[in-house]
Amino acid sequence: MTQSSDYPRNRHWQRLLLYFPLMLLSIFYLVPIYVILVTGFKGFDEINLRTMWNLPARLSFDNYLSAFNLLTPYIWNSLNMVVPATVASALIGSINGFVLARWKFRGANLIFPLILFGMFIPYQSIFIPLVQFMRMIGIYGGLPGLVLTHVIYGIPITTLIFRNHYSTIPQEIIEAARIDGAGLLNTYRYILLPLSMPAFVVALIWQFTATWNDFLFAVVLTRPEFWPITVALNNMAGSQIVAWNIQMAGALLAALPTIVVYVFLGRYFIHGLMAGALRE
Amino acid sequence: MPKLKNADDYLAIALITPSILAVGVFVYGFIAWTLRVSVSRWTGLLPDFSLVGLRNYWELYFDPRFQIDARNLAIFTFVFVGGALLLGFVMAVLVDQNLPGENFFRSLFLFPMAISYIVTGVVWRWLMNPAEGTRISGLNQIFESMGLNFLISRWHTAPVWGIAAIALAAIWQMSGFTMALFLGGLRSISDDVREAARVDGASEWQLYRYIIIPLLNPVTLSVVIILGHISLKVFDLIVSLAGKQLALDVPAIYMWQATFDGYFFGRGAAISILMLLIISLLIIPYIYFNLKHEADL
Repeated sequence: MTQSSDYPRNRHWQRLLLYFPLMLLSIFYLVPIYVILVTGFKGFDEINLRTMWNLPARLSFDNYLSAFNLLTPYIWNSLNMVVPATVASALIGSINGFVLARWKFRGANLIFPLILFGMFIPYQSIFIPLVQFMRMIGIYGGLPGLVLTHVIYGIPITTLIFRNHYSTIPQEIIEAARIDGAGLLNTYRYILLPLSMPAFVVALIWQFTATWNDFLFAVVLTRPEFWPITVALNNMAGSQIVAWNIQMAGALLAALPTIVVYVFLGRYFIHGLMAGALRE
Repeated sequence: MPKLKNADDYLAIALITPSILAVGVFVYGFIAWTLRVSVSRWTGLLPDFSLVGLRNYWELYFDPRFQIDARNLAIFTFVFVGGALLLGFVMAVLVDQNLPGENFFRSLFLFPMAISYIVTGVVWRWLMNPAEGTRISGLNQIFESMGLNFLISRWHTAPVWGIAAIALAAIWQMSGFTMALFLGGLRSISDDVREAARVDGASEWQLYRYIIIPLLNPVTLSVVIILGHISLKVFDLIVSLAGKQLALDVPAIYMWQATFDGYFFGRGAAISILMLLIISLLIIPYIYFNLKHEADL
């Protein structure tokens, strides 16, 4: 072992060296953000793939305005789909999580893993019946079918988030309420619901991010006039008509809502990520 | 297990029944239905449920396109899971050193998890522009100007290994998630363990190699399973980065085109059932052991 007097100084130098790999990694992470931002703020006259890395000569909003004009209807579709899907998912998850965490009925230990499995399946394995079902009940192609789909396939993760949360609440509190004569609904309404805020935030953020970013269900279930922004953006990028600078601006618009949520509520976002990996 | 005793027990069941029914129908019922379609003759717009046994699966086995899919998926999984595992671990160890600014780095590395694969694909499509000569741009242009010409790449247009370029974008998107999982693991290792090793004269390298990495084995296994199953489902990122092209085909894209573009419903269903089977081999033990571990606590 090194002499004790050398130890801290040695460690100090080593610690400073750690910033070198951190900086390299940061560059890897920042390059796409840099390109998306500088491209977005350039004027149309400056747009050239050869000068992609240059800073804009002057701040211009041309690209964002063009992208916004092209994407506005799809942003509305996304919002109209995401808000009801997210709220409904969280409410359903709360009820399921409560029942599974607190009322140990026969078979509960079998039902929970069977529900959980639903969040890992490749959705390709349910597409054919899903489309047939949506056609059969007459909501194929529009937003209600997409909302219903997100709510149903969101049940596993939201149930898990709330069940984990309710499991941390001491059984004594529930027992005390029960002894005082509170039934199931009153226990939920007056004891657990007021303590549910963190789980609601996690579930809402998770479902908001997942449904806003979803491409797979949307591309299967919606007609062009009801495309959410991910499908519209992909279509814009795949076409030869829309210039790359406008695609970049569109990408930022599509990413902005979830980035804002991440920046302000990142801690809760990480809780959702951990729950999704069953590691909480 | 207590028996149903009172009205509350019935109410609890009534509350959870709609969800159980929904999952039962939309997950298990629909999978059963897809399984049924996969052994049917159904080709074309009109359903045809006449049984053909395992013919759709058998045809896939000899299908050159499905062989390309298998190869692409193997390369993608290897590069993506390996890369994200390594990078995520390095980031977790670096962020775990109590350095000033660690919150900034952690947030930066994790933020791509908040955005859509479609956004990632659109941006990386231009960064990994394969154009050459006077039309060179994106990362290749940077490499050229820095004299790092050996790094100039055809990216996703390269033969055979083109899919690895997609994996690079996936690593960018998902390594932060790996980092977060490893950080959770690192923070659960008590400082006493580290101190004891240091007192015994272990170098930092030995500490990680012989103590910390073995203690993180369960986390590593989780990471491999979670990333592996994501990798088997890869779809959005390829579509947005490179479009649907045969050279970068994977089962999820083949399933899509067979079913919704080609109306080969039987074949599409068979592909999706194969995807489900492989993912189930990873996920069912994963759920089982995680819940068992939870019950044991």
